[in-house]
Amino acid sequence: MGKARAIILRAAGTNCDAESAFAFEKAGAKAELVHINQLVKGEKELKNYNMLAIPGGFTYGDDIASGKILANELKYKMEYDLKRFIRDGKLIIGICNGFQVLVKAGLLPNLDAEFNMEVTLTLNDSARFEDRWVYLKNSNSKCVWTKGVSKEIIYLPVAHGEGKFVTKNETILKLIDSEGLVAFRYADQNGHFGGYPVNPNGSMDNIAGICDQTGRIFGLMPHPERCIEATQHPRWTRMPKNGEGDGLAIFKSGVEYAKKEL
Amino acid sequence: MDPVEESTKKGIRDLGIPGVSSVKTAKKYIIKGGISDSELDFIGEKLLYNKVIQHIGDSHSETADMKIQKGEVAPYKFKLINVDILSADDIKLSEISKRGQLFLNLSEMKTIKEYFRKLGRNPTDCELETIAQTWSEHCKHKTLRGIIEYKEENDKIRIFDNLLKETVMKVTKELNKSWCVSVFKDNSGVIKFDSKYNVCFKVETHNHPSALEPYGGAGTGIGGVIRDPLGTGRGAKPVLNTDVFCFGPPDYPHDKLPKGTLHPKRVMKGVVAGVRDYGNRMGIPTANGAVLFDETYVGNPLVFCGNAGLIPKDRSTKKILPGDLVVLVGGRTGRDGIHGATFSSGELTTESETISGSAVQIGNPITEKKVTDTLLKARDRDLYRAITDCGGGGLSSAVGEMGEETGVKVYLERIPLKYKGLTYTEIWISEAQERMTLAVDPKKVDALLEVFNKEDVDATVIGEFTKTKRLELFYNRKKVCDLGMGFLHDGLPKMKRPAEWKPVVISGPQIKEPKDLTPSLLKILASYNVASKEWIIRQYDHEVQGSSVLKPLVGKDNDSPGDACIVKPVLGSKKGLIISNGINPRYGLIDPYWMAASVIDEALRQIIAVGGSLKEVAILDNFCWGNTDKPDRLGSLVRAALACYDIAKGYGVPFISGKDSLNNEYAAGVGGESIAIPGTLLISAMSVMEDVTKAISMDLKEEGNLIFVVGNTYDEMGGSHYYYINDSVGSSVPKVNTRYGKRVMEKLSAVVDKGLVRACHDCSEGGIGVACAEMAFAGGFGMEIKLDKVPFKGDHKRNDTLLFSESNTRFIVEVPRKNKKKFRAAMKDVPTGLLGEVKNSEKFKVISVDGKTIVVDASLKELKSAWQDTFRNF
Repeated sequence: MGKARAIILRAAGTNCDAESAFAFEKAGAKAELVHINQLVKGEKELKNYNMLAIPGGFTYGDDIASGKILANELKYKMEYDLKRFIRDGKLIIGICNGFQVLVKAGLLPNLDAEFNMEVTLTLNDSARFEDRWVYLKNSNSKCVWTKGVSKEIIYLPVAHGEGKFVTKNETILKLIDSEGLVAFRYADQNGHFGGYPVNPNGSMDNIAGICDQTGRIFGLMPHPERCIEATQHPRWTRMPKNGEGDGLAIFKSGVEYAKKEL
Repeated sequence: MDPVEESTKKGIRDLGIPGVSSVKTAKKYIIKGGISDSELDFIGEKLLYNKVIQHIGDSHSETADMKIQKGEVAPYKFKLINVDILSADDIKLSEISKRGQLFLNLSEMKTIKEYFRKLGRNPTDCELETIAQTWSEHCKHKTLRGIIEYKEENDKIRIFDNLLKETVMKVTKELNKSWCVSVFKDNSGVIKFDSKYNVCFKVETHNHPSALEPYGGAGTGIGGVIRDPLGTGRGAKPVLNTDVFCFGPPDYPHDKLPKGTLHPKRVMKGVVAGVRDYGNRMGIPTANGAVLFDETYVGNPLVFCGNAGLIPKDRSTKKILPGDLVVLVGGRTGRDGIHGATFSSGELTTESETISGSAVQIGNPITEKKVTDTLLKARDRDLYRAITDCGGGGLSSAVGEMGEETGVKVYLERIPLKYKGLTYTEIWISEAQERMTLAVDPKKVDALLEVFNKEDVDATVIGEFTKTKRLELFYNRKKVCDLGMGFLHDGLPKMKRPAEWKPVVISGPQIKEPKDLTPSLLKILASYNVASKEWIIRQYDHEVQGSSVLKPLVGKDNDSPGDACIVKPVLGSKKGLIISNGINPRYGLIDPYWMAASVIDEALRQIIAVGGSLKEVAILDNFCWGNTDKPDRLGSLVRAALACYDIAKGYGVPFISGKDSLNNEYAAGVGGESIAIPGTLLISAMSVMEDVTKAISMDLKEEGNLIFVVGNTYDEMGGSHYYYINDSVGSSVPKVNTRYGKRVMEKLSAVVDKGLVRACHDCSEGGIGVACAEMAFAGGFGMEIKLDKVPFKGDHKRNDTLLFSESNTRFIVEVPRKNKKKFRAAMKDVPTGLLGEVKNSEKFKVISVDGKTIVVDASLKELKSAWQDTFRNF
């Protein structure tokens, strides 16, 4: 068994880095916070890690569009290292703003394998930022990051203003589904789909998180790192005091894969 | 300065295109229809743009700095300006103060004249501005630190040399708690947290800027208060935001709106969005707050923003040595926020919008986030000795304060600017945002600058601390200011003000007791102050940092009103921080003393209700009052301060920090009488919780559990919401007895700690009726309560009094049947009443005192809808 070494990428406006690092460590990885400038200048090297996490926040103020500027930076200043990281079979997770970065950099879903932007995350139907908890239906996808999620329905918070998943066209939407790239869909606690607020932002086909064809790159709007400990659940005072939050299984899945395969 | 510009330029550089020097973004509105040019201008000015930071143009128009770059506008050319005060008589002195927006009174101007007469020269404009900033109400709190001659009706005059020292600060001194680390001296108050960390807390107001430009004013309000913990000791990590707003009613008629004011709804939406966009981008959970409405806030809204921070124990103090360098970190300096500190020290008028427009600061949260990230890195590497924030008064205040004990030299041309053209004085007093000032050992300065440079944060050495005890400023080697620190900080003549308080005689309303109290309950639940603020709460990220334990919305559907919030700032630890607040200006209409007492009680109740204790509670005061030049305004403030001493002392809770904002009045035009806000005291409370897994929430949990009320009810309907919905105020304001109250809270806290209680909610606006209804719909369980079981002290046992009286120190608790004996035994010295039990039904019923009738009969759905519908479409 190898070691799971996660790099938690920071940039101006990143703000879920500390709790994401905590989640990785709790799942058994060694997590390190690294600023994008350190990578660009070569002070740190991506190849020394086997997991890359792009955490939530408002990178560069989400100016122009959410995640756009960091996506641009990754694409134009980190292209070689990033492609090698992917080619080496390593893992990437983007949460909330990180998901926005991944789709805007063309890393997700990357159906054409050319890193073109095929989907986007845009302004919520409610036209405002909202923080609320949502149920997610675990689809049977290729995603490596959800292999260890044993529950059919999990419960996590979303907190975003631009989370509405939209594909470029109908074909892409169908392909994402048929290729088994949809990891999570917004649903109610019984697994039924519905309108707002069950689907909190108006996402197409209720999509909350997707992976690429390899299953190793994963992005989702909800925040698994905010549901690691029992007391983070909004109704923990109504429930028996149990062990861990639903989000931890996602990090554990990644870490386990990294240890076994990388 | 366009905040998007920097990001866009970076994106273009990343594409490999180096040549772009400037980017402008614009919003285009296409307006069609038959309107005149002047109407178009009017629409633009009142609705579409903020003239402080934006301008109207067509697609060909150029901004000022584009013109400067092209050489069309000349950059600033140095010219030293002296202000002739030596030859000025009293009238002229007052005129100089007024024209320069210095807000200095005649006696202060005369003191300044005398100082310069001895020096044999006139002051420079920069010196005069520096003194005005330093002596402003905003910075020096001269009213409350001045002499006050206070008189209550037939009493003797009582003299206060320094009201704050003799009331709120005195409590802290006398209680002398070992866990208080730093009180009333740094930028925020500091108490112990665990073996590694301390916590600090500060609440400020940003009222006047929010009145003029709600979005920017409120955003920089939260941005500013975050820099207080960041500027405490050697820097705390911000872990929690709070916000409390007071607005005019959202349905206020447009035609009644005083000239020069924005409609309350516009103010509210702007303020909410401003705090949201800044707080969320900073990645700090906003988990506690309140919103209140009253007509008197129409011209002068109140925006309280608070921030708590976590600071390593060995970084909780600061020290400056002569020879240390002055380093300015963060945002660039522009013309924004000029005169903010002095402007906030005067009344708002119809002219404020025009004259003081530049007093509104412009915020950029991402800059502040970058500053925070890098500062904490530098702190952990011990690269600086002291830090303070640039807030009101800008560099003038920050550097002036830091150099008070030593002396300081600053070279103003070194300060990075947003655009050219600023005079040396503008540079010095600008309140541009997101700036922090450090004192740095010269040996460490290179390492320090590198930390900031690596993450693209501006950091510049702008001067050095000296031994001269003088404030010396230079612009391109020309001296523009040379003031003795002694005069600057202690030369302010003590103010002497009369204060008077007369009891208000308001006869109690004659309300015939209705047979059915259901409509009253529904109306109170739907009233602006009580109704659900979910639309605001959800726009604030209250879970970032992964620390949330008790969220602002709780219950089976995550949408019901929690009491205090709890966060766990150290991930993986069980130790928590409880934050609550108390505010109720309606009681102050009757008696500010009992208002202050009640809001302290309320803040403490909320802490107890979630499972906290009185053991380590620290409180903050924020006084927002009208123009205290007027004896009645000041008198009512004195009375509130007296209660702060009595009640905090009685409960054993020290004040650790505070702030006052006076002159919250709106003068509606020439000769128009000015409208003062009701004296409004916000008490914010913070408490350390040993084990957060012992916390409880307010929603009912299980069928068959028992419902108790804890604490006595009195006939205290004055200022109540029941009277409010009946358009009256009354006079029987709720009182507080701390000997009894402390016993109630301590006993209840102990039974919660033992795990005997499943749910607890404090009784505040709307009394037992509202508390029980909220608990019921929050848990999705019915309830049937009997009013004759309510422990009541009074003569007239009316149903409406029992249900809606707002007596302090009361709680509703849910106790499992099996714990009944233990609960009763533990609570034997405290009045309790078994009201009923939790039912598996959709019904909420209240049985009359005589047991014969049902006075409230409503479904949970009706109750919840009433509570939720008021702001549903906001």
